[in-house]
Amino acid sequence: MMEKISCAGWSDMGMVEKQQVRNPWIRGVLAAVPIVLGYLPVGFAYGVLAHKAGLSTLHTLLMSLIVFAGSAQLIVVGLISSGINPLSIIMTTFIVNLRHLLMSAALFPNVAPWKNQEKAAFAFELTDETFALHSVRFERGQDEKSEVFAINLTAHIAWIIGSGMGALGGKLVVDIEPFALDFVLPAMFIALLVMQIKHKAQIWVAVIAGLTSVGLLLAGLNQLHVILATIIGATCGVWIERWKKD
Amino acid sequence: MEERLVLLTIIGMAVVTYLPRLVPLIALSGKTLPNWVVSWLRHVPPAVLAAMLLPAIIIHDGKLSLGMENLFFWAAIPTFAAAMLTKNLFIPVIVGIGVVIIGRLLGA
Repeated sequence: MMEKISCAGWSDMGMVEKQQVRNPWIRGVLAAVPIVLGYLPVGFAYGVLAHKAGLSTLHTLLMSLIVFAGSAQLIVVGLISSGINPLSIIMTTFIVNLRHLLMSAALFPNVAPWKNQEKAAFAFELTDETFALHSVRFERGQDEKSEVFAINLTAHIAWIIGSGMGALGGKLVVDIEPFALDFVLPAMFIALLVMQIKHKAQIWVAVIAGLTSVGLLLAGLNQLHVILATIIGATCGVWIERWKKD
Repeated sequence: MEERLVLLTIIGMAVVTYLPRLVPLIALSGKTLPNWVVSWLRHVPPAVLAAMLLPAIIIHDGKLSLGMENLFFWAAIPTFAAAMLTKNLFIPVIVGIGVVIIGRLLGA
């Protein structure tokens, strides 16, 4: 059994296949390993900053439990410590997290047959990283519910554990740089983007969206750059496909 | 900030984060969308992944940077090559981490 599990992560495409691990929950946990490695240190950083901003450990953990949005949480703890009013904080969170609207829309056909409460549970843990993983896995037909929820729960638990360690051990200076865990999520995104690209139009979509995002960010639009770049990239994709047909 | 106000802020954040994640999944179910919308939505995953990824690897300290000081950019190249060659999720991550560790040991 151990041998089966240990090789599962290294399987074809690294996507943990059915024939190697029978239990869908274990398959899901294994598939979430890169997200876990990425979330622990970022969650830790959030926990440390929240502690410094004067947030209680309970509130720090509650935010990780019910908001579960890394970049927004990191921005918000900075805002809390600078004493900005709650409505602006909530508004900022909304704008920063609005990109999930597009992610949710993109995945809707895959979960369309699910019950509403299952969709509600899935949406609760739809982050950049779980979206990235599921968008590739769904396309490969890896949409078994228990596996999907195992991935989401594992990611969420890792985020909460990281936050808690940061909040409690905030005084400890833990230098994660030598382990390079801060590169895990960018590397995972690179791999998932490569797996997603099947034809030429998609290369253009990725290049246009990526460069637009960089341009908008450098122009100072540091909260809406992802959603605007995605809209522009996807729209160009539709045009490119039309134009090739004519 | 007062404790109760912090709690209300967190609840407010949770609501405005959850709604955009939930509404499309529920509202679009069972709908037949025009072809161009279906096509548009199919382009969203590569677009959004690239839009999140590229700034992380070519912007360093708030500036466009393709120089030696930006280790993530240099680590992204072999990571990308590994992804192209293996079409695997774990191997590129290992390659990328390895390059960053070595780069930092060498003082980059």
